[in-house]
Amino acid sequence: MLVKDIAEKLQAEIVNPGHHLNREIKGCYIGDLLSWVMSNAQEDDIWITIMSNVNVVAVATLTDVACVLLCENVDPDDNCLKRANEQGISILKTKLTAYEAAVKIGNLL
Amino acid sequence: MENANLKLHYNVDKKDFINAGEASSSVKKVLRKLGVNPECIRNLAIAMYEAEINMVIHANGGTIDVDISPECIHVVLSDSGPGIPDIQRAMQEGYSTAGDNVRELGFGAGMGLPNIKKYSDDLKITSEIGVGTTVEIKVNIPS
Ligand SMILES: Nc1ncnc2c1ncn2[C@@H]1O[C@H](COP(=O)(O)OP(=O)(O)OP(=O)(O)O)[C@@H](O)[C@H]1O
Ligand SMILES: [Mg+2]
Repeated sequence: MLVKDIAEKLQAEIVNPGHHLNREIKGCYIGDLLSWVMSNAQEDDIWITIMSNVNVVAVATLTDVACVLLCENVDPDDNCLKRANEQGISILKTKLTAYEAAVKIGNLL
Repeated sequence: MENANLKLHYNVDKKDFINAGEASSSVKKVLRKLGVNPECIRNLAIAMYEAEINMVIHANGGTIDVDISPECIHVVLSDSGPGIPDIQRAMQEGYSTAGDNVRELGFGAGMGLPNIKKYSDDLKITSEIGVGTTVEIKVNIPS
């Protein structure tokens, strides 16, 4: 399922529209500790997290995840957003918890 | 010389979280262009990022030298930070001296060095207290 379609189905906000919204999402990883994410997130995953600082973008870039989904209404900080725009990382935002979002995503993939 | 190695050099600034990971990203892009096997690229990216971010968090930044040959990717990260008193202990999963300020950013799981070990084919760490740390990573490229 494409990033833009997941966003629509979850009613998630696309915080920085215009990047790779047509990327295919093939899996999902949930985590906030960056070394765990580095090791376990797979290419084309949707990465669910409450971390919202600039390092998230570096990890998303290096792991090649399809997009980042910030849950529990977390907003990315300014540096995170700026960097995400530079690197072409799509950031979505939802009020759902990680669990609620993952259940929905599991049914969609 | 058809098989000349490709050498890359980077400077990593201290406490620069904004650009941390840039060197690893750049090497990843180069390896992609060279058409290196994707699993090797992933392994190298994970290992190099962990070492790069450790230089930012635990040391005062440093330098990175990358040497890409047809057989392997060799990365040497050198810093002049505080050094690691007990390398064996630092290698243990979960061991971290990260302060609250970096834990808030998502670091400090104590999984960085174990990740480097797991995803590299060879890891050498040399460190001297008050002088600095050198981390040497090798990822083989299967022919
Ligand atoms: N370049 C370095 N200079 C000084 N100390 C270091 C360096 N790299 C690692 N260390 C020490 O080794 C410990 C373990 O490093 P490791 O990367 O495994 O975990 P971490 O960086 O604390 O957490 P994580 O990598 O999971 O975010 C660090 O907490 C630190 O004490
Ligand atoms: Mg680390």
